[in-house]
This record gives sequence, C-alpha cells and structure tokens, in this order.
Amino acid sequence: MIKRFTVLLLLVGLATIFFSLALGYVPDESLNQTARYYAENTVSDTGATNIVTAIIVTYRGLDTLGEVTVLFLTAAIVGLVLTRGAEEGKGKPMLPSGELLSTGSGLLVPLILLLGVYVFVNGHLTPGGGFQGGAILASGIMLILLTDPMRHFSHRLIGLIESVSGLVFITVGILGIVLGAGFLDNSLLPKGTLGELFSAGTIPLVYSLIGLKVGAEFSSMLLSLSETEGS
Amino acid sequence: MIATISIFAGFALILIGLYGALTNRNMLRMIVAFTVANTGVNLVLVAVGHMFGRTAPILDSAVPVAEAASKIIDPVPQALVLTAIVIGLGVTALMLAYVYRLHQNNHSLDISKCTELKW
Repeated sequence: MIKRFTVLLLLVGLATIFFSLALGYVPDESLNQTARYYAENTVSDTGATNIVTAIIVTYRGLDTLGEVTVLFLTAAIVGLVLTRGAEEGKGKPMLPSGELLSTGSGLLVPLILLLGVYVFVNGHLTPGGGFQGGAILASGIMLILLTDPMRHFSHRLIGLIESVSGLVFITVGILGIVLGAGFLDNSLLPKGTLGELFSAGTIPLVYSLIGLKVGAEFSSMLLSLSETEGS
Repeated sequence: MIATISIFAGFALILIGLYGALTNRNMLRMIVAFTVANTGVNLVLVAVGHMFGRTAPILDSAVPVAEAASKIIDPVPQALVLTAIVIGLGVTALMLAYVYRLHQNNHSLDISKCTELKW
C-alpha cells in the first residue's frame, strides 16, 4: 500500500515537471546554429543529400562507431547468456508450419533482403540507412526462423560478415586520418554528382558496412533467442 | 500544434511506462513498460526538432541547397533518436535474455522472487 502510494507520488511529481516543461515549450522559428551549419554546409562538405545520414556517418562518425560497438556487445552478451547450458535437440519435435507461411516466406524473404540492401545502399540519398537496412535484413531472417524454428544458421558465417564489415569500417576511418583530414573523413573517394548512387565520398561504403554489421548482429541476437526454444 | 500534441503524448507515454515498470511484478510486463517509456522519450525528442510548415532534412528538387536552411526541420534530434532507438533495442534484447535465464533458474517471472541481492 505504502509502495503504491510512493509510486503515485513519484509519478505525480514527474508529471508536474513534464507538464510545466511542455507548457513552457515554444517551438523554434528558425534553425539553431548547429542545425543551420548542417543545412548549409552538408552538400559542400560531404555531397550527401540526406542530412541525417551525413551527421551520423561523417560529422558524428565516431559516435556511430561507438553505437555499433554497443550493439556488438549486446549481441555477444545475449549469445553468452542464452547459449550457456542450452542443449540442442532437446524437446519435442514441432508441428510443420502452415502452407501459407512457408510459401509466403519463400516468396518474401528474397524481396525483404533486397529491400534491406536497397535501403542501406541508398542511405545517403533517401530516408533510411545502415541501421534501418540492417533491421530489415534481420526481419527477413526472422521470417525464415518463424517458418522453420529448428533451421540451422551458420554462426561462423554471421560472425565473419559482422567482423569483416566492422574491420573495414575502422580501416576506412583510419585511412581518413592518414590520407584525409581526420577519422572517417569522407574525401577519400570523389564526391561525384549530387544525388547519384556513387556520390558523397565514403558515406555509401561506410553505411553499407554498418548495414551489414547491424543486420548480422540483429540476426545473431534472433538466432540466440530462437535456439533457446525447445531446450 | 502537432509538435505540442506529440510532446504531451510522449510525456504521457513516459509516465505510463514508468507506472507499469514500477507497479508490475511480472518481469516481462516490466520490459514492455520500459519499451513504452522508451518510445515516449523518442517521441518527445523528435517533436522538439519539429517546426511547423517545414519538411524532412533531405535535399532534393523540392528543397534546393540554397534554401535548405529555411525549409528543413532540425536534423540533429533525428540523428539522436536514430541512435536512441538502436540502443533501446539492444537494452530490450539484454533484458529479455536475462529474464530468460532468471526464469530458468527460479521457474518464475515474479520479480519479488529474486531475493539473492536483498538485505
């Protein structure tokens, strides 16, 4: 009873703070200084048309490296926590998945993978990018797992994709220090024509690598979660 | 207007999520509540970057480079929220994995049964 009362008291306090914050909020009339810099200089600095991508891959590239590292750690810990002590092949055999699901996944999975690759390859031009594309790739894997939960995927292959793309990402970043202006400097490749696929320097390359890495990490998390089934 | 509605909705989601996380005993429900609160935070962040009558920060024929500063909304909160969504997914996956292990050990999802660290 006291516990519930404390919780309510805490929430009422937070609600008061939030309410006064929301009431006092006045939307900006124009962009602030940082945003204005990005709006005006993204094209001349990087050649990308999607400003969010330019911020994530080039201006704040180091943050993105950290973010991908956090994801890698999560995938590793999930694998460690879940596979320890999990015995394979235990449990009763499952019923086959329905005709609709198996036919549908055979039809849809290649299309989903294609869409994922499209989204991260075009990350510098259209909405989307490596993280979104990687999540779409992993959703294709998830559809396969839903169709056949006992299907075996090669952890070695997924780990290989993940580590190779991470390694190339860091290599591109370090090459930026050696040949360009700094870590992840994107002037290594020509900027090209604005709005074309092969433009914006190293952004498409780096974002595709991020897409592969994120897709592999999400897939390995899904596999770890799915392999606990039946044990 | 839409920004104000989104901000209020986001704050409401945060409060709902915290209430759920603090009052539920079932750990799976707590995880769901945490993701609700997470969504609320993301909603507030995106809404703060919104400006009325402007468009997404992607340059094309409708948003020429020269007029970009007067036509796009703030791209920084969007980049931040992209990061926050990904980290939120990682946190949720970790919580699910730990809850799975706890359930294997304790045969219960009730958090009040986890008394090893209680004093």
